Amino acid sequence: MSITYLGAIREAQAKLLRDDERVFIYGQDVGGTFGGAFKATKGLAKEFPGRVLNTPISEDAIVGTAIGAAIHGMRPIVEMQFADFSSLALNQILNNAGTHYWRTNVAVPITVRLPSGGTKGSGPFHSQSMESIYAHYPGLIVMTPATVEDAYTMLIQAVAIDDPVVYCEHKYLYYHLKADKLGNDGTPVGKARIAREGRDLTIVSYSAMAQESLLAAIELAREGFEIEVVDLRTVKPLDTDTVLASVARTGRLLAVGESFPWGGVTAEVIARVASAGFHLLDAAPARINAKDTPIPYHPNLWSTHRPNAKGIAERARKLLRE
Amino acid sequence: MLQTAARKGKRSTAKAAPQKSITRAASHERFLEAFRWMLLARTLEEKLVSLYRGGQITGGVYIGKGQEGVSVACGMFLQKGDVFAPLIRDQAGRSAFGEPLVDVARTYLGSVKGPMRGRDGNIHRGRPRDGQLAMISHLGAMVSVAVGALMAKRWRGEKNFVGLTTVGEGGMQAGAFHEGMNIAAVEQVPLVIVATNNHYAYSTPNDREFACSDLIERAVGYGFEGYRIDGTDLATCLDVIGGAVRRARAGRPPQLVVAEVLRLSGHGEHDDASYVTEEIKREPFARDCLKVAEKVIVDLHLIDGETLQSWRDEAAAKVEEAITTAQKEPGPDGGAENWCAISTRELVDPAE
Repeated sequence: MSITYLGAIREAQAKLLRDDERVFIYGQDVGGTFGGAFKATKGLAKEFPGRVLNTPISEDAIVGTAIGAAIHGMRPIVEMQFADFSSLALNQILNNAGTHYWRTNVAVPITVRLPSGGTKGSGPFHSQSMESIYAHYPGLIVMTPATVEDAYTMLIQAVAIDDPVVYCEHKYLYYHLKADKLGNDGTPVGKARIAREGRDLTIVSYSAMAQESLLAAIELAREGFEIEVVDLRTVKPLDTDTVLASVARTGRLLAVGESFPWGGVTAEVIARVASAGFHLLDAAPARINAKDTPIPYHPNLWSTHRPNAKGIAERARKLLRE
Repeated sequence: MLQTAARKGKRSTAKAAPQKSITRAASHERFLEAFRWMLLARTLEEKLVSLYRGGQITGGVYIGKGQEGVSVACGMFLQKGDVFAPLIRDQAGRSAFGEPLVDVARTYLGSVKGPMRGRDGNIHRGRPRDGQLAMISHLGAMVSVAVGALMAKRWRGEKNFVGLTTVGEGGMQAGAFHEGMNIAAVEQVPLVIVATNNHYAYSTPNDREFACSDLIERAVGYGFEGYRIDGTDLATCLDVIGGAVRRARAGRPPQLVVAEVLRLSGHGEHDDASYVTEEIKREPFARDCLKVAEKVIVDLHLIDGETLQSWRDEAAAKVEEAITTAQKEPGPDGGAENWCAISTRELVDPAE
C-alpha cells in the first residue's frame, strides 16, 4: 500500500464520517461528484449523503455556520479552498471561535482545514502559510503536519479536540509525500517529534519546511555534520520543552518556516530559546523564512522566495562555523 | 401596515399607524404580557444608565429605548429548544425569551457569578447551550452562527424549532450579514431575521448607509419572505413577527421583517446623539413604542391605573433585586484567573 499526504487527509475524513455521526464537511466544491479543488473529499458526498456539503463562496458564513453547529453538538470540518481565502473568515475564526470558550465556557469543536503553502506557479493568492496569524490569537490550536502519518492521525485528533483547530495541510506535500501505512507513532498532540537525531545543530521546523530541513540534514551529513531536526507538528501549542532539550544537546539553533519573516513561528521559537535557554546556545540563533514580499508567480522567483534545502544547508553551515 | 417583499414601496417614511384596535393575532393578554416585558426592559435599562452615570458600570451601556416593541416580539414567540441571537438593543426580547434579570446585572457589574464571569461585559452575554447565543461586536457575524445551530438541530432530529436573530439597518450593510442571509436561504433553515431600522448607524443616517429604495426589497433578492412594519406599534410587531416565527416554524422559507423606529438614545450612553435631527424626531416612527402601547392599554381600558402602577412597582422591585444581588458579588481576580482560552488543558501553549 502506498498513500499520499492528500490521500491520508481523504482517508481520515472518511474514517471520521464513518465513525462519528456528528461529523460533517462544509466548504466550497467539497461535495457532489467533484470532491474538492484538490480532491481531498473525493467520493465522500456519495458515501455519506447529506454530510459533505457544497457551500456558497462565503468564507465568513461557512465558518460561522460551523461554529453554530459545533455549539449545538456537531463536529464540523471546514475546508477552505486555499488557506489564503481564510483571510475572509478571520473574523469568525479569531473573534468568534477563538473567544467563545473563554467568554461563555462553551467550547467550539470546529476543525478548519487550510490547504497551505507554496507550489510552483500558484502566485500571491494561492500560496500563503497562515499558521502564524492563527497561532498569534488566543483560543485556537494550530496543527502543521509534515508527514503522511501525521496528516492522517492529527486530522482525526483535531476533530476529537473540543476546541477550535486550524489544521494547516501543505499543498506541496499533497503528492510529494507517500507512506506505506496510515497512523503515526503515537506522539501525542502538542508534542514535537525529533524527526532526525543529531548533535551539532538543531533545526526547528514544521510542515513542508520540515521536509526541506531533513533534506538539508542529509546533505550536511555527507559533510560530516549531524543535524537534529525537530518537527514541531503543532505550532500552537509550541512544544518548547522538546526544542530546548534539543538545543541543550546541540548548542545551535536554526528555525525554518515558509511564512513571511516579520514575527511568526520562527521568531517565537527563537524568542523562547533565547529566553529560557540562552545558556544552552553556543552561537546566536538564526532563522529562515520566505521573503518579505507577496509570493511570486514565476518559478524562477518562487524558488528563491521560498526557503529550500539548499538554502537551509547553507545557513546551517554558516551557523556551524560560528 | 404589512407589506410583502414583492410590493414596490417608496422610501419608508411610514405613515402613522391608526391605534384603534389590537389586531386579531395579538390577543389582549399577549399584548399586556408584551407590555410588561417592555416595561421591565425599560426600567432595567434606566437603572443601568443611572449606574453608568454614577460610575458604577465599567465599559459601555447600550440600551434599546424605542425598540422594545420590536424586541419583545422577537423573544415572545420563541420557546425552549429555539435559538435566539440577539444584538445590542434586545433587552426586552432577551427577557421575554427567558434570560434572568440577574444575568444582565451580573454581566454589567462584572460579577463572577454571571454567565460571562467578568470576561466579557454588557450586551455580549449569552448562554449558548440554552439557545441564547452570545453576540460578538462584529455586526452580521451571528447570522451564520444561528444558521449552523439550526442545521445541527435538524441533523440531530429535533422538531418544531426555529431561530431568530436581530440586526439593525447598520449591521445589514456588513458583508457577514449578506453572507449569513444568503447561506440561511441556501440551507433553508427555519430562521427569522428581524431588522430594526432605527435610522442611525451610530451617527450615520440612512442616506449614507444604503441606497436601495426600501430595505425590505432585499428579502426577494435572498429568497426570504419579507415584511415591513411600524416598529412603534406593538400590536403590529406581535402580529407580524409572531407570524414570521410561525411561518418559519412551519417550514416556510426564511423570514425577514424590517421594522421602522427611531433610536431614542445614543448609540451607547457615552453618546449624546446630538446628530439626531429635530426633523427626524417628528417622524411617525420616532414615537416611543412604550408610550404608544400604554396609550392603547389606557384607551381600550385593558387594565386600570392601579394595576399599571403595580406593574411599574413590580418591575422596579425586580430590577432592584437583581442589581443588589450582583452588587454584593465579587468581581473576578486577575491573580486567581487561570488565563486559559481553550478547554483542553493539556494543549495550552506554554508561552510565558
